[in-house]
Amino acid sequence: MPTLTLATQFLHVLAAGLLMISFGMLAQRRTRSLIVLLAWQGAVLTASTLLVAISAHLPDLYYSAALTLVEKVWLMPWILMRLMRRLGIEGDSDPLVNIPTLMLVGLGLVIFAFGLAQPISSLATTVTRQTLGIAMAVILLAFLMMIARHKAVTQVIGFLAMENGLFFAATSTTYGMPMVIELGIALDLLVGVFIFGIFFFQIREQFDSLDLHQLEALKED
Amino acid sequence: MELVLVLAIPAVGAILLALVGAQQRAAELNVVISFATLIAAGALVLRIIGEGPMTVAHEQFFVDPFNVFLIALTALVGFTTAVFSRPYMRIEEDHGRLNARRLRLYHSMYQLFMTAMLVALSTNNMGLLWVAMEAATLSTVLLVSLYRTRASIEAAWKYFILCGVGIALALFGTILLYFAAEHLLGGAGMSALLWTHLDAVKEQLDPTVIGLAFVFLLVGYGTKVGLAPLHNWLPDAHAEGPTPVSAVLSGLLLNVAMYAVVRCKILAVGAMHSAVPGRMLMGFGLLSTLLAAFFLWRQRDIKRLFGYSSIEHMGIITFAFGMGGPLANFAALLHMTVHSLTKSAIFFAAGHASQIAGTQRIAGIRGLLVVSPTVGWGLMLGSLAILGMPPFGVFTSEYLILTTAMRDHPWATPVLLAALGVAFAAIFGHVQPMVFGETDARPLPHSPALVPVFVHLSIVLMLGVYMPPALAEWYRVAAHLIG
Repeated sequence: MPTLTLATQFLHVLAAGLLMISFGMLAQRRTRSLIVLLAWQGAVLTASTLLVAISAHLPDLYYSAALTLVEKVWLMPWILMRLMRRLGIEGDSDPLVNIPTLMLVGLGLVIFAFGLAQPISSLATTVTRQTLGIAMAVILLAFLMMIARHKAVTQVIGFLAMENGLFFAATSTTYGMPMVIELGIALDLLVGVFIFGIFFFQIREQFDSLDLHQLEALKED
Repeated sequence: MELVLVLAIPAVGAILLALVGAQQRAAELNVVISFATLIAAGALVLRIIGEGPMTVAHEQFFVDPFNVFLIALTALVGFTTAVFSRPYMRIEEDHGRLNARRLRLYHSMYQLFMTAMLVALSTNNMGLLWVAMEAATLSTVLLVSLYRTRASIEAAWKYFILCGVGIALALFGTILLYFAAEHLLGGAGMSALLWTHLDAVKEQLDPTVIGLAFVFLLVGYGTKVGLAPLHNWLPDAHAEGPTPVSAVLSGLLLNVAMYAVVRCKILAVGAMHSAVPGRMLMGFGLLSTLLAAFFLWRQRDIKRLFGYSSIEHMGIITFAFGMGGPLANFAALLHMTVHSLTKSAIFFAAGHASQIAGTQRIAGIRGLLVVSPTVGWGLMLGSLAILGMPPFGVFTSEYLILTTAMRDHPWATPVLLAALGVAFAAIFGHVQPMVFGETDARPLPHSPALVPVFVHLSIVLMLGVYMPPALAEWYRVAAHLIG
């Protein structure tokens, strides 16, 4: 086992934090707290990107960290919070979720993710390569959250958490995608969140609720 | 230069229509913009035929015979759909289902959607391809829910979430691809994402990483192709959106997603030195074809019916690309063309048919030949064409695919034949009473624009009866590129 530099060790701590937040999101029933957790996930992501930028001397990653800070820590949670207030669903919760089972399935997913990441991380040359397993686990946990939840807002939060996981995967295997592409992805995501916002209003106008159980008319009978 | 025009005209058009889209003349402007795009695409085709493949803007864009053919097809169907949509949307406005504000959204997003698809087709950058595919989804989501009915909002939500997750997986695939190439091509600059560069070094890419990347890319872009078991969004989005949107989704977007899958497959086959990527495509293709064929029976909505038919045909195309080799690729490219043309023609006719009947329920649509012979014949001929009746072009491509399957993979032939048989019985059984029979419905207030239907069907007929040697040569070159 080679000794790890201080920066790498710190990165591992951050990665572990990311995973903990993902589990926290899985267990959180209240929508408002979920948004706070999403913002925290963005903050940890910013810190880890910054750390990689410093330790690997990559100026591009500074921009990328700044972009993450603005988009994922401030803008997205702010838009979501505003939407919640406008829709008057701040205190909403999802009581029907069986959390212990979700946690167990989540644990299984983490093991699976590490198994899947093994052959790839052994090829990577970046300082962050061991964290790819965690990135994949974050993606899969977000996936699980989208499947398990029935509120429109929660599904969107799951979607954004999945994007955070993807971003982390990109920094941990390759020091991030080229800047132009990252900007394009950020733009798409932002437009996506706006459209989600429009949708919330459309859904509520038509169905009087944001519970997705009501959106089950279209199926094969 | 031509490529700049192809991309700039719809992009400028989208902005223009966002400003003036609420005017009465916006529909005509939409047609003019689409026509200009078509002319530019035609010029691009001539240039590529004359000078061969080219790269533009520091290799960020790349045009070869494979994608120029799809660019031309996209511009053509984009134009004819704009022509069709002019009277169609006017009738919808008369029925009170739409107002001027929503029409502005529709026109602007229509051009934005065209831009996104054309960028996705012409870009050389795998990252930009992803961004453009996502933009194509985003621009059509609000079009699917344009009527703001419960069903349309549900369909749009499903489309958004499923394709959003799908495309997120494709992003992960792209990241892995970048990771695999970075060692060889260097992380600085864009080189490791450029398809032409990747293609040049594909033999040396790490097979494990590329294998994993391909799985993610296939599932991700495959969701947008409508491959089973990720096809759930497709029939809903096709049935609940306005008909011109169904026509471009089915005729164009599915092709663009297929194009992305094929580009990835070329890299995966090169890196893995094995037939596994092809086998995966064949498996997904067969499953989709079979599943869709059986679902066709149970449909009660005319646009859902043809949505499932699109899944079936994309399955056939995926299967053919999976087999690979010059002949199967040739057939798959031909099938992409004829399916795109025929299916959009069918949606045009089906759209007017449901306007005449006042419902999309198959049981409510009767006696189209009595009310409007052109709509009736359009639907009948279109259905016969899509079912693979000779002398239409679909017959030629399906025949080629079946004979290739018989030669290389005999086990698959009975499955394909069974699916085609079931689909034939189902669609013909549904369409026949809609076209013939008695009715008391009245003709439409604005005369429908059915020229596009018959233009599309005559091209399909021509491809079946006589394929110009130049065109055949072009398909052959493109098929050879895919390998």
